[in-house]
Amino acid sequence: MKVNLSALTAGLLFGLGLMLSGMSNPGEVLSFLDWSGVWSPDLIGVLSSAVLVSLIGFQLARRKDRPWFEAEFPAPPKKDIDRQLLIGNLLFGIGWGLAGYCPGPALAGLALGNDEVLIFLVAMLVGGFLQQGWTRRRKIS
Amino acid sequence: MLTQLDPTSHWLAGQIAGIHLFTLAGGMMIGAAAVLLYHSIGRIAGVSGIFFAGVKEGALWRWLFLGGIVLGAGLGAHLFPSLNIVSRPSPGIWILVLAGLMVGWGTRQGGGCTSGHGVCGLGRLAPRSLVAVLVFMTAGIFTASLLRHWLGVTA
Repeated sequence: MKVNLSALTAGLLFGLGLMLSGMSNPGEVLSFLDWSGVWSPDLIGVLSSAVLVSLIGFQLARRKDRPWFEAEFPAPPKKDIDRQLLIGNLLFGIGWGLAGYCPGPALAGLALGNDEVLIFLVAMLVGGFLQQGWTRRRKIS
Repeated sequence: MLTQLDPTSHWLAGQIAGIHLFTLAGGMMIGAAAVLLYHSIGRIAGVSGIFFAGVKEGALWRWLFLGGIVLGAGLGAHLFPSLNIVSRPSPGIWILVLAGLMVGWGTRQGGGCTSGHGVCGLGRLAPRSLVAVLVFMTAGIFTASLLRHWLGVTA
């Protein structure tokens, strides 16, 4: 119950933050990414203020043995800087620059009467599963 | 509209370099959401990771986090309807499909997106995430500044 309420609260705060910061508007994202037009620094402002808060929060968490509502912290994420990381993020960045959507803002768009995110999210789902199928096949062969 | 400098809204330091106070407050809320998720249940608030794991394995907390994002954005739009805009023409169905496929594939192969590698990874001072952010930022800027124009995508 506490686990689920925490996740819901975090999601609400996340979505509200995305909306208020303007990041749920793909035009705002593109006005940062597109240096050929009128440039807006907003995205860097959002990311910097988010990282500032998370930096403090994650440093404080290092002093804790366990989260409030779980027995332990899950194993830390991967550390390798490999070809998968580089190629994956290259492709992600190109897709991001094409339409101005990354996963969070695309989800947020569902509540904003913005029909194009449906197309984007379905394609994103297909892309992710294609990648996972490709990884499995590569491991077998 | 957040980017337009409005002479009546030069409140506090929020207007530094044209960055509106809402921009910084919204960013801090995103950071606070990531901190809350980690302190409460030890999870990294990476939207792409939670999205794909949620579709594959379920686990209610994942769906609640994702649903929370949708509801939170809806709440924001309800409170501040003037902020709910899409300030670019639609790129058309095929660009949306291509973009979605690449974001889906790329975030799985690269292990995260703007939230997982950006907000959380940079906050955790993870070198892997710093590399990821530099790569996707560069690719995004190149694509939006040049590739979109070469492909003839509007705006």
